[in-house]
Amino acid sequence: MFTGEEIAATLAHLGVTHVVTVPDSTIGQWQSAIERLGTTAVVRVCREGEAWQIAAGLHLGGATPLVLIQCTGLLESGDAIRNALHDWKLPLGSIIGYRSYLSQETLPGDTCLTFTEPTLDAWRIDYRLVREHSQLGEMAEHLMACRAAKTPGAILVAEGKA
Amino acid sequence: MTTISRPDALASQGMSAKGAIAAVHAARGARDIVVTTMTPARDWMLLTPHPLDLVLVPSAMGSAPSMGLGLALAQPERRVIVLNGDGSMLMNLGALVTIAESGASNLLVVVFQNGTYEVTGSQRVPGGTGVDFSSIARGAGLTSVFEYSSENAWTADLPRLIAAPGPTFATLHVDPVHGVPGPKSPGPASARAEAFMRAVRE
Repeated sequence: MFTGEEIAATLAHLGVTHVVTVPDSTIGQWQSAIERLGTTAVVRVCREGEAWQIAAGLHLGGATPLVLIQCTGLLESGDAIRNALHDWKLPLGSIIGYRSYLSQETLPGDTCLTFTEPTLDAWRIDYRLVREHSQLGEMAEHLMACRAAKTPGAILVAEGKA
Repeated sequence: MTTISRPDALASQGMSAKGAIAAVHAARGARDIVVTTMTPARDWMLLTPHPLDLVLVPSAMGSAPSMGLGLALAQPERRVIVLNGDGSMLMNLGALVTIAESGASNLLVVVFQNGTYEVTGSQRVPGGTGVDFSSIARGAGLTSVFEYSSENAWTADLPRLIAAPGPTFATLHVDPVHGVPGPKSPGPASARAEAFMRAVRE
């Protein structure tokens, strides 16, 4: 849906200093462009819960991190999210790949579609679902608005081939 | 620099966690950040507080090395010292690979190994005191790896460990302390986060 160059430019526009990430086949394609642009450092982690914890440390240290993971990793991240976003009340931003969203009719049955959005609601993360390329600007606006409001914000990027 | 072999470490368990923590408190520089959790946090809070202390109570168990790495990356001019428990380290072993990959030269992670989940009543952690954190750390890609069971050796080496280019990893073999309650939060985390961030900016 988005090129790596578009995402890299968006992160630079948002002033994101570090993107903390575990890749999937969609969001992982953005890494090299982010590194090429050079304004946002890529921090590769082993497990998604770790990504929120590192982002928490970055934020406390005065940086502007963004967590970039797939929705399966969001499901893995529960306790880290609870602690960082709700105990410490850190307004961390994230972009989350929404596995199978665009393949619902041709490849039904992925339970990511059942649990991802209720999980974001349960963690009180203000999210926007991005289904098409024209929403690139909306994505940046939402993350910027959440940062201004000092609240956690996420972009759910639809993945899969319709 | 003094290091000890693994068999010696196992044979001479008996270092006091409180003494080892007091040594860190004495050796940390005024601009150094110290992150504590679980039993090390409980004992750290008995000492004089510092604006650059980050006491992870409440925590997501296992998170301290990762939060420390984030701080180290955001504040490359400061040293970041993480005091972690062995049960906590076992919950986030992948963090050692991430730390090695990051190359954060200003990060020191210290694991207090007593073989128990002390704050929940001293149940045995998987592997007990037999877990070889030094080998795990080396296997994760860390090259500056140390291990101590003597408080004197730890205290003597600590200033050099803090100052040396890292990331650095140290295991301290300490005696468990039974029947002592776990750490209590020193106050609302969000207010402490704000105060910490102000201190970091100064």
